[in-house]
Amino acid sequence: MTDGQDDVDALLPLPAAAFHILLALIAGDCHGYGIIQDVEARTGGALRLSPGTLYRTIQRLLEQGLIEEPRRPTRAKADPRRRYYRLTPFGSAVARAETRRLTELVRLARHVWRVAPESS
Amino acid sequence: MIPLYRALLRLYPASFRLEYGDEMTEVFAQACADASLPGRIGLVLRAFGDETFNAAAVHWAILIQDLRYTARTLNRARGFALTAILVTALGVGANTAAFSVADFVLLRPLPFPDPDSLAMLCEGPRTGGGGTWGCMNELSPANYRDLKTMSASFQAMGAYWGGAINLVGGGEPRRLGITSVTPEVLPLLGVAPVLGRVFGPADDDRNSIVISYGLWQSQFGGDPDVLGRKVNLDGAAYTIIGVMPATFYFPERTSQIWNELTLKPQDFEDRTNTYIHAVARLGPGVAFEHARAELESLAARMSRDYPETNAETGVSFFRMRDNMSPRFRVMLIALGGATLCLLLLTCANLANLLLARATARERELAVRAALGAGKERLVRQLITESVILTVLGGVTGVALAAVSVPLFSSLVPPTLPLATQPSLDLRVLALAVAFTALTGLGFGLLPSLRAGRRTEFDALRDTTRAGGGRKQRVRAILVTVEVAMSVILLITSGLLIRSVWHVQAIDPGFVPQHVLTLTTALPRPKYDDAVRRNQFYERVVAEVRGLPGVQSAAFTTGLPMVITGLITGVEVPGQEVRPRRSAGASHRWVTPDYFKTMGIPLRRGRDVENSDTAQRQWVAVVSASFAERYWPGQDPIGKTFRHLDHTRTVVGVVGDVKVRGLERTSEPQMYLPALQAPEGLPGGFDPKDLVIRHSGQGDALVSAVRQIVHAVDKEQPISNVRTMEEVLATDTATRRAQLQVLGVLAAVAVLLSGVGIYGLLAYTVSQRSLEIGVRLALGAEPARVGRMIVADGLRLALFGIVPGVFCAYAAARGMTALLFGIAPGDPATFAAAVGLALLMALAGSFLPARRAVRVSPMSVLRAE
Repeated sequence: MTDGQDDVDALLPLPAAAFHILLALIAGDCHGYGIIQDVEARTGGALRLSPGTLYRTIQRLLEQGLIEEPRRPTRAKADPRRRYYRLTPFGSAVARAETRRLTELVRLARHVWRVAPESS
Repeated sequence: MIPLYRALLRLYPASFRLEYGDEMTEVFAQACADASLPGRIGLVLRAFGDETFNAAAVHWAILIQDLRYTARTLNRARGFALTAILVTALGVGANTAAFSVADFVLLRPLPFPDPDSLAMLCEGPRTGGGGTWGCMNELSPANYRDLKTMSASFQAMGAYWGGAINLVGGGEPRRLGITSVTPEVLPLLGVAPVLGRVFGPADDDRNSIVISYGLWQSQFGGDPDVLGRKVNLDGAAYTIIGVMPATFYFPERTSQIWNELTLKPQDFEDRTNTYIHAVARLGPGVAFEHARAELESLAARMSRDYPETNAETGVSFFRMRDNMSPRFRVMLIALGGATLCLLLLTCANLANLLLARATARERELAVRAALGAGKERLVRQLITESVILTVLGGVTGVALAAVSVPLFSSLVPPTLPLATQPSLDLRVLALAVAFTALTGLGFGLLPSLRAGRRTEFDALRDTTRAGGGRKQRVRAILVTVEVAMSVILLITSGLLIRSVWHVQAIDPGFVPQHVLTLTTALPRPKYDDAVRRNQFYERVVAEVRGLPGVQSAAFTTGLPMVITGLITGVEVPGQEVRPRRSAGASHRWVTPDYFKTMGIPLRRGRDVENSDTAQRQWVAVVSASFAERYWPGQDPIGKTFRHLDHTRTVVGVVGDVKVRGLERTSEPQMYLPALQAPEGLPGGFDPKDLVIRHSGQGDALVSAVRQIVHAVDKEQPISNVRTMEEVLATDTATRRAQLQVLGVLAAVAVLLSGVGIYGLLAYTVSQRSLEIGVRLALGAEPARVGRMIVADGLRLALFGIVPGVFCAYAAARGMTALLFGIAPGDPATFAAAVGLALLMALAGSFLPARRAVRVSPMSVLRAE
């Protein structure tokens, strides 16, 4: 899988579920339930992925080469019966690009609010 | 709760479930374990919505993937894809079109409420046997009245008779079909008018008319205030009181106006004057056969009561649905059979194509299976591919059907109250879709099942050595079926071709070339006076004859093959009176030069002349068969006979004409001078068809003739402008239409089975190229190898031809009604069809044989 800028841009914007899964994997390899818990904790319970959404997204992320299934997970207390997922360098690039895109968007929005007249 | 979730996972495609099912269950179980009891219930409820949505999303993603893959592979195998689509389109298209027509004519109820209780009655033979269809004669008003009053089986019965009338005013004068109906007729049909009312028993509707929707639109521009408008029909004023709906046709589609039929006391005097039809609706709960039995007993009673007129008269009684010549029914069934043959053939062809492709792709599929593609995914992908192919084929097929249905319109009998053109309706479309889906799934599944089975590495190990075997046999059987079907179609259409040839070879009795004809029906009472009529004829004929290129012109009551009736009885002094019904003669009033114009040979005596006026001796020119019937072996000139209460002297003998059409026996004919018409004869007997013999182009004449007619009488409409050749062609039109349809089907069949043979042999040759290479290397003669392949092709063909010939004979026996002058087992036709089939097999095996001969032993062996 190449990670040229064009390939990265072609995947943006990421669906929210996919972005959260990538974010959850930045800290290290994780299994499905772990991802759900991580996302839930980070969003303060606002986003709770269902197993269907999780694995459907995982399947697509695997196909797109954003994540992979490592032979042996890096975590110390890895449960051998579980399947773990790891962010690929390409996935990391895409997640970073999505972050930049969202930051830019927010920056633009803030600017609009600042110059807007009081009445609005 | 967990089993429930597992069941929910069944919504996902198997491949996804295998991959992630366990994980998902685990995650769900853990979430449940972490949650409180109400939380768990919430989790389950949420799972229902989530998993349904996600499963659909996964299915959709796979479909998109498969579609993309299919588009790529089909683009690579464009020849295969196009052939498959075309073959499917032909099968679906021909069947949809044929079914539309057959359904329209044979199956769909007539457009009247409770159409099964509608029946028609007319005169049939006394001996009963009034089969399913056919009138011997119309009814006389007296017989109609007696049947109506004495029968108890009907809730209503009405009478009608049809004709044509001149509509004057509002643009060019037009000649339109009119039907006079008794007040019972329109209400008993059960169709309400869209505007106004129909005739009622209490109203005085002698000068009222009801018009068709078509006429309302074309002549009156759909004017909503048309009711009460006055129109001029044959010189008399009529008021429009109603408009019938667009789908209403009665008794035939040519009828555009209905007026009231009032029978006067004197109409009931003559029981042999038969001119009205009767239509009836069975009473509630009365069986059709019961009504028929009642009518037959009534007819028996009437022939006892009126032996001098009704001795030979019975009743013919049939459902309105069956009011068509049996030939149309046979033809539609034959058409259905033919398209079914074609469907079988196309299915076999398609199956063969898909099988060949599956075999060719065995390696590809095996590689994909080895790389981890699940069996379910492979099967699913193959099904997607064949469904795509058949959907494309089906859509093309429906388009093909829509285009070809008009070609079939000549197969709709003109005697049914239906529109000319069946439309492709939703049901027919649904049927086509079902066909398409079945073909696609059936033949998509067949190869994919095998592909699914071959998950081991057999296919990878397979080399070109492994040809033959069971699938080859399946393909050979499919090709045999194709050949058999095409032989059936070839033979049956061959028999029809020969029938048309036989019919067209019949001498009509006149020379149709260079004869133009048109109709100018003189309206009564304006032309009640015979002298006035004759002034019209003389002026028109004289001026037309003066036109450049015109050799002669004349008027007649009715063209042969157009007016087939006008049968009357004749009494010859000193001879027993023959019954009019079985031994009548057809008669026409003509102006001089009719025979010369039509090219009817004058055998003896003279033509009708302008000096044959009512004041002179009344004369007649008779046909040869007329003379032979009444005066066998004698000179008929100077002999006399009585006709419509006048004694006439024979002054000339002419050749016989096929008045009733080429295929039917015609009554002997007599021709009477236009000026010698009995007083009070209805206008229908007036000469009205102008025939013109010319030496140039008929088209150029038409406008000149129009001007002449308008100069003589500017209110006189002209209709039915055509050549005598067209009249003759119309007589064989149905046959030729049938032939075209079957001929096209047969040609397609031959082509497809040729392609089938070619495909199979080409495949065999490529599979056996190693064997052939070795043979050649060991010194086999190339010619012998070629002969071997051709022999294979011929053997395949023979296996199909033998059953095909038997089936064709059975089919031909079933369609004897369509054959003319030819036996269903005509050896020449069979031989020609078999020859054609063999030729097609030879052509199909030629290319593969040539390829086999050119196999290079070195390159084949090197490739191993």
